[in-house]
Amino acid sequence: MGNFLEGRYRTCNTTGLPVCLDAQFFIRAHAVAAVVFFLIGAIAALLIALTRWQAVHLLSAMWFYRVLTLHGLNMLIFWIISFEIAILYFAGTSLLNTRLFSRKVAWVAYILMVVGALMVDYIVLIGKGDVLMTSYVPLKAHPLFYLGIILFAVGTLTAVFNFFATIYIAQRDKTYEGSMPLVAFGALAAAIIAVLTLLHGATVMIPSFLWSLGLIENIDAGWYRLVWWGLGHPSQQINVAAMVAVWYFLATLTTGAKPLNETVCRVAFVFYILFINLASAHHLLVDPGLNASWKIWNTSYAMYLAVLASMIHGFTVPASIEVAQRLKGFTRGIFNWLTSAPWSDPGFSSMFMSIVIFGFIGGITGVTIGTEQINIIAHNTLRVPGHFHATVVGGTTLAFMGLTYYVVPLIFQRDFYFKGLARIQPYIFASGVVLLSIGMSFAGSYGVPRRHWDVNFTGAPLSAGFDAAAHFMLGLLGIGGILAFTGALIFILLVVAAVFFGKSLAGQPFSGWQPAEKFKLSMEIFARKKDEKFEEIAHKVPGTVVLVFVLLVSFMVYYFANWKALADVWYVR
Amino acid sequence: MEGNQKHPLQKLMDNPWLLLALGLLIPILSYTAWGWYQIVNMAKALLP
Repeated sequence: MGNFLEGRYRTCNTTGLPVCLDAQFFIRAHAVAAVVFFLIGAIAALLIALTRWQAVHLLSAMWFYRVLTLHGLNMLIFWIISFEIAILYFAGTSLLNTRLFSRKVAWVAYILMVVGALMVDYIVLIGKGDVLMTSYVPLKAHPLFYLGIILFAVGTLTAVFNFFATIYIAQRDKTYEGSMPLVAFGALAAAIIAVLTLLHGATVMIPSFLWSLGLIENIDAGWYRLVWWGLGHPSQQINVAAMVAVWYFLATLTTGAKPLNETVCRVAFVFYILFINLASAHHLLVDPGLNASWKIWNTSYAMYLAVLASMIHGFTVPASIEVAQRLKGFTRGIFNWLTSAPWSDPGFSSMFMSIVIFGFIGGITGVTIGTEQINIIAHNTLRVPGHFHATVVGGTTLAFMGLTYYVVPLIFQRDFYFKGLARIQPYIFASGVVLLSIGMSFAGSYGVPRRHWDVNFTGAPLSAGFDAAAHFMLGLLGIGGILAFTGALIFILLVVAAVFFGKSLAGQPFSGWQPAEKFKLSMEIFARKKDEKFEEIAHKVPGTVVLVFVLLVSFMVYYFANWKALADVWYVR
Repeated sequence: MEGNQKHPLQKLMDNPWLLLALGLLIPILSYTAWGWYQIVNMAKALLP
């Protein structure tokens, strides 16, 4: 039974889950902070897209790099990690049937995170931190830039400690039976990755802070890059683990899906915990200080276990949806289960498009350009942001948007306005991200560099630049950026209107996105025991198998094309 | 299977503290410590 303090919890009228009121307060607080940082990052994104679109070329060089720094930090660190802490507090309490370990610790974490992030944003905006997100030495920012990142990291680590302490009291008080629920296990994976990330952050940022104060004379650039990427890439792996946990949660909430085999899903999360952080080495594939053994081991042999984990999740989530839909009677043909899915539910559409974009664009490009040999033709080109905008924006951010469409009614207990707009918002955002990612990836394939203000090299003494096809792709990037920004703005306005001015849903169930009887049926399917019919259908998921083979063929074509492109670099006869 | 009869893999998955320890140890050894060792021991470049 739960260990909630008297009067400090409620039962969700929709899901029946217990909600610790202390956790609820901090879930709300972190979600609000996350959306504010998302807004800052989104405005910066639009300005960058309109600058990289060479025909528009909006910002000056100075402001381009300033805004790019702002964009990277707010989107990749402040928005995503703030939202992830909200997820940890939810998964750690409601899913484990326990109270939050400490309200005071949660306050300390929250204040440190918000103060740190605001400090960094202020320093960047006044022009004292034009060092991009990576802040590679010897580029030097104002000391408060490094201090802000340290405060944010310490705050996050404090919140993660609160999560682990919550697990400890749940185990001590036996608030759940058997294994931890799968979604909570996914959150645990994210938290473990976060600890590793933040330890690297402290290791690299504290000396950088002292160096910016003049207390340390020199920081080795190779060492900095090695340790910084122990922060930079794993921070995105926190996203991946949290995003997958959100996929499972939304699949259940919107269709009644139940994982086909929880043990396999858990093993996949364990692969993430043990191996996904080795992917940091991808960023150092052209660094001369590290040998081939280190590069190949960390980017292939061991890392492919994490790729395998993503493929397991990418199969089990749609397969579990297919089974749930077939149990409801959508059995005609191969894809009737998919065409009959609740596509007008923004929680479902966000989740499913997140899986597709993450797998088809982010996954395929990531594995390809992370191959040591191919990396030499992709390194520091726009192909790299093309890849991670598909994973972090099309994957994680879209999944988090989908979750927000349930967090607002279930945790904030507020109803949305303009529900018709909310139903189409994920499509607008996803279309924009797809155009943006494809534009970046193919412009990068023409050799267009990342983090570059003017690829026309205006005023250069020698003729330079790229041909029309590359500029067409940069135009696609710009249009995608405008579309994605429009989707992001709609999302923010809808959330702000609901949270601050929405009708209260306290004491009543939420059934805003699907007809009540459909939602009820989904919950019945979820609650149903794995009987013979379930097992029979679970071993026949033809629609998902077809999707898997489409992914495989797409990967083979892209991978082969890249080896061909690499072979073309050297003229060999 | 319950209690002592749990599969070792299931035992691992039900132990968040062991997962935390391994989740730190493996990447730190494979990525950080090995890479750090190489950078520290890099031979000085010879003058042309």
